[in-house]
Amino acid sequence: MTQVLVGLGSCGIASGARAVYDTLQQELSRRKLPFSVSVTGCIGACHREPQIEIRTEDGGRYLYGDLDSEKTLKVVEEHLVGGKPVEEYLIPPDYPYLAKQKKIVLVNSGVINPESIDDYLAADGYAALRKAITEMSPEQVIQEIKTSGLRGRGGAGFPTGLKWSLARANAGAKKYMVCNADEGDPGAFMDRSLLEGDPHTVLEGMAIGAYAIGADEGYIYVRAEYPLAIKRLELAISQAEDRNLLGSHILGSDFSFEIHLKEGAGAFVCGEETALMASIEGKRGMPHVRPPFPAERGLWGAPTNINNVETLGNVAPILRMGASAYAAIGTEKSKGTKVFALAGKIKHGGMIEVPMGITLREVIFGIGGGIQGDKKFKAVQLGGPSGGCIPESLLDVQVDYDSVTATGAIMGSGGMVVMDETTCMVDVARYFLSFTQSESCGKCTFCRMGTKRMLEILERITRGEGKMSDLDQLEQLAVKVKISSLCGLGQTAPNPVLTTLKYFREEYIEHIQNKACPAKHCRALLRFRVIEEACTGCTLCAKVCPTQAAAGERKAVHHIDQALCIKCGLCFEACRFDAIEITTGAVAAEAAATGVEA
Amino acid sequence: MDKGFNELLQHWKSQKGNVIPLLQKTQELRGYLDREDMEAIAEVTGKSPAEIYGVATFYAQFRFQPSGKHTLKVCHGTACHVNGADGLDLALKTELGIEPGETTEDGEFSVERVACLGCCSLAPVVMLDQEVHGRLTGDRLKKVIRKAGT
Repeated sequence: MTQVLVGLGSCGIASGARAVYDTLQQELSRRKLPFSVSVTGCIGACHREPQIEIRTEDGGRYLYGDLDSEKTLKVVEEHLVGGKPVEEYLIPPDYPYLAKQKKIVLVNSGVINPESIDDYLAADGYAALRKAITEMSPEQVIQEIKTSGLRGRGGAGFPTGLKWSLARANAGAKKYMVCNADEGDPGAFMDRSLLEGDPHTVLEGMAIGAYAIGADEGYIYVRAEYPLAIKRLELAISQAEDRNLLGSHILGSDFSFEIHLKEGAGAFVCGEETALMASIEGKRGMPHVRPPFPAERGLWGAPTNINNVETLGNVAPILRMGASAYAAIGTEKSKGTKVFALAGKIKHGGMIEVPMGITLREVIFGIGGGIQGDKKFKAVQLGGPSGGCIPESLLDVQVDYDSVTATGAIMGSGGMVVMDETTCMVDVARYFLSFTQSESCGKCTFCRMGTKRMLEILERITRGEGKMSDLDQLEQLAVKVKISSLCGLGQTAPNPVLTTLKYFREEYIEHIQNKACPAKHCRALLRFRVIEEACTGCTLCAKVCPTQAAAGERKAVHHIDQALCIKCGLCFEACRFDAIEITTGAVAAEAAATGVEA
Repeated sequence: MDKGFNELLQHWKSQKGNVIPLLQKTQELRGYLDREDMEAIAEVTGKSPAEIYGVATFYAQFRFQPSGKHTLKVCHGTACHVNGADGLDLALKTELGIEPGETTEDGEFSVERVACLGCCSLAPVVMLDQEVHGRLTGDRLKKVIRKAGT
């Protein structure tokens, strides 16, 4: 029977996929059409949401994008009833965004129904778990993961097989297996998409890991901001328990494993493993000194192994395809694929999975289609608040742990935010530091206060009040914060500042010496002015201006009172005649200070 | 002590790691955490009220004042930031007259700043109650608010 799948991930829903789904259901029942409609997760092409896929009996697959209710009706009429695909809405199979990816972890996302365990089983799901517990010893499982070369996808890149063997080696009747789904990096949504699109693959990976290290209890620590992921995980856990794929004596063996779900309560530092464990135990999520490492003494004092969502998503595929086949993908030291959340000023944003070793240029221009509005590329930010900004001159760097680290950024969990000429790099550094500063738990003095002082300096510079000596001071503080902090938050918080200082120093100098923001972003350094020759007196700017700074008679040239202007930019956005000009630099600063229009 | 809250305390009483779930469920029930409830949680978990308050204030999720009928969460993730989330804050300020962290006088809207909602490819986004609105401009956000307010 012909199947219709509707992508109902968070991005799809936010783009109106529910309306498409409802329209489809209503129309099919109104016309009494015998097609089955099911729900799927995100295929990753978020920029083309809402999407539906039609799968015909003869194996034909048709993916439609950018739908709304009206277009959906047309697809029902012409394709489902008339048998003729609606070419103009189709996303072709050779669409570069999809065709250039390599899917291992995301192979089921957007393909199966994440709320149906039968769909997952039909896609060879839980076969790897069955194989592990019936045919392999825990040591063999660990050896297989070691051979695959899998490294932690949470950011640090620690070898997963080694981590498991450490947890296995520690004696103790009670051990815990924890999945870190506290995806806190702003600009990253890989874990959310995987949990929403294929929750069982993560559960299967956890169960295999638990078998390998000898754990009988597990926790998934997931952000409360991801309600759909939580709902689907809850459902998946109960389905797996019903089929005896989780719980006691799994598949009739001696291996038992129970998974609990813990909702995070909104603290970035809980992505750090010792802080995460404190949070599960119900305490303030503050990190502690290692050693003891979690593998020795973790949750409630028992040996504990913690892996990231994407890492666990790789486990079942490795066992299915074999470690050596997996290790054949990628580079010498970084095996397999990496999932990235591609966002920012990119033309085609969404979630992608690419083989390690691909260049950044290929990801941004080959897959992402380049920059929105064909503006000029400026930088790509990797690794969120712990990472850095990579300039155009380094776009041919390979995506692998070591090459990315050499640039001063980090691979991170997979956030990839693209920036163009309208993005101010000083402001980006300020932005990340304001984030880490407010998320610092306060335990280490340099993280608590050093980041605060660094933030104050950056704020000063973006207001045009910086001094050249500020740059040296930033660099000195950055090094001190790095070496004097206990956990990854403080150790990496200065990275966005250091990389922008390294690659975009001239932009800092412009702010300091010329009181200019070349990207025209830092409000204090801008001036909005009406170009008299272009103004038609349409009054639109006066209407949108929240402070009555823009004013004038109908059909007469308008003016902006610099003393009242709060530089919100609404007039600039609203003007249909390009009659508002933004200037920056010494003249603008002077005008802003005196309130006189030059 | 009312029945719903009491049931909650009894349900979680003997489970390990129960402090945060208890705080979360209490906030779900009441809309926020007040002193009395936190003291009751301290009692069943065998901790001091100061410890409970310490945990509650550590996490961004917990509120200590009632919030508005509708909650607007303005995403300030990286993608939203470079795509103009600050402009949305300004638009909210002109439309509702409040800053992030505040509630309108009529109790209709609360505005919060959140780190990342994970819908980066639709940036900038705002979550109104449980629904995410993407690709917003100040103008479109105002329309969303006016629709919710009626």
